[in-house]
Amino acid sequence: MELSVNHLLGIKYLNANDIQLIFETADHFKEVINRPIKKVPTLRDITIANIFFENSTRTKLSFELAQKRLSADVISFSAAQSSVKKGETLIDTVNNILSMKVDMVVMRHANPGAAYFLSQNVKASIINAGDGAHEHPTQALLDSFSIREKLGEVAGKKVVIVGDVLHSRVALSNIYALQMQGAEVKVCGPKTLIPKYIESLGVTVETNLRKALEWCDVANMLRVQNERMEVNYFPSTREYAQQYGVDKALLDSLNKEIVIMHPGPINRGVEITSDVADSKQSVILNQVENGVAIRMAIIYLLASKIQ
Amino acid sequence: MSQKILLTSKEVNIILHRLACQLIENHNDFSNTVLIGIQPRGVFLAERIKTILENSYKVKEVTLGFLDITFFRDDFRRGEKVLEANQTKIDFLVENKKVVFIDDVLFTGRSIRSALTAIQSFGRPSTIELLVLIDRRFSRELPIQPDYRGRQVDVINNEKVVVNWSEKDGEDAIYLKEKDN
Repeated sequence: MELSVNHLLGIKYLNANDIQLIFETADHFKEVINRPIKKVPTLRDITIANIFFENSTRTKLSFELAQKRLSADVISFSAAQSSVKKGETLIDTVNNILSMKVDMVVMRHANPGAAYFLSQNVKASIINAGDGAHEHPTQALLDSFSIREKLGEVAGKKVVIVGDVLHSRVALSNIYALQMQGAEVKVCGPKTLIPKYIESLGVTVETNLRKALEWCDVANMLRVQNERMEVNYFPSTREYAQQYGVDKALLDSLNKEIVIMHPGPINRGVEITSDVADSKQSVILNQVENGVAIRMAIIYLLASKIQ
Repeated sequence: MSQKILLTSKEVNIILHRLACQLIENHNDFSNTVLIGIQPRGVFLAERIKTILENSYKVKEVTLGFLDITFFRDDFRRGEKVLEANQTKIDFLVENKKVVFIDDVLFTGRSIRSALTAIQSFGRPSTIELLVLIDRRFSRELPIQPDYRGRQVDVINNEKVVVNWSEKDGEDAIYLKEKDN
């Protein structure tokens, strides 16, 4: 078995078999990263560049750790300290890096489609680590992997994505990934933060948080992305938290135990309160651990296809 | 495809008992010894040896683990196919233990070379030995030899040794088959 793609640009370019293969490979890597010595020598002869044109802590660390656990050589750079500021184009920047014999590029960029554009114009395997409000495939894969780990399988599960769907690449990738695996998806949030034609993706919309939570098995709480909001989408953070924040009282009042997920970073007290984030229903820290295993699997499978 | 039988079920059984006895000779009560089956095909042999040791020779609780060597192989990206992993199941440390690697066929020695590296992730064993059911002579690419061998065979290049186990393949038998070209 091998992946049907040479790059990971988005979930929509994958198929269900690819996701299955990534999960099965990630199972093995999860075992590896829980060994006393957490490193394997597989990618000794692979060099990977992490290029982050947008801020990131978790994703960048997770990718770097995954690459180092696989023994790849890693160079990382952030746009803030680079020649991009001097006016260099994206293709020039990346080709300069590739001329130093780099095999794979992990890129985060503010523009939707940046990873796709790069894959068409440079000779390297590309992994999209988030392109604007478009896709964040590794996050969606680790989310589904965490659901599979917690609930046994993804197929047939009901997942609600709550909050700032409009600005969220995590939401879009999750919708594609969950539907591909046979889960049912609902989005919930203030009307202003739900894209107008989201139903065309086959998801349902609910504006009442309690109803959405009572329907679901898993609630994926998105971060309110204040940095991407140039106008006010809701009256105040306090009002948002009251309408769309999950606290322990709400969670306990539901007729079943649901799983709480969050892609991070959490605005504690906004999307979820601290006692929810730290409760046993929350798998937030498992998501972070699984992120390394999933990224190891993706890098391993893509690296296998480099000629 | 032509094939000839190398070992029948009865012969396999006799050999397994002999190998078990040889292990007892060197490891007594197995209190400081762990058996490691090399994935994928070494695990059947390792499980058999463990069962024989415990049931026929009354050795108490033989520690058994399975080691997958996929991520330690030296041919990543060199073949046609993506190397697929198998489960590693070692829920103990091998620090200062006497480790016995168990595999069905010893051919080039490269799997065992990988296993020697892979096992280091679980500690520093005091010794490592190798037990194989079939030792293919004259085909080694590395200086690796078994400490316990079931049967030594001479195999020419376009032939391969196929080990069948009743729990997976319906019978215990070892065949010499001509490779499809």
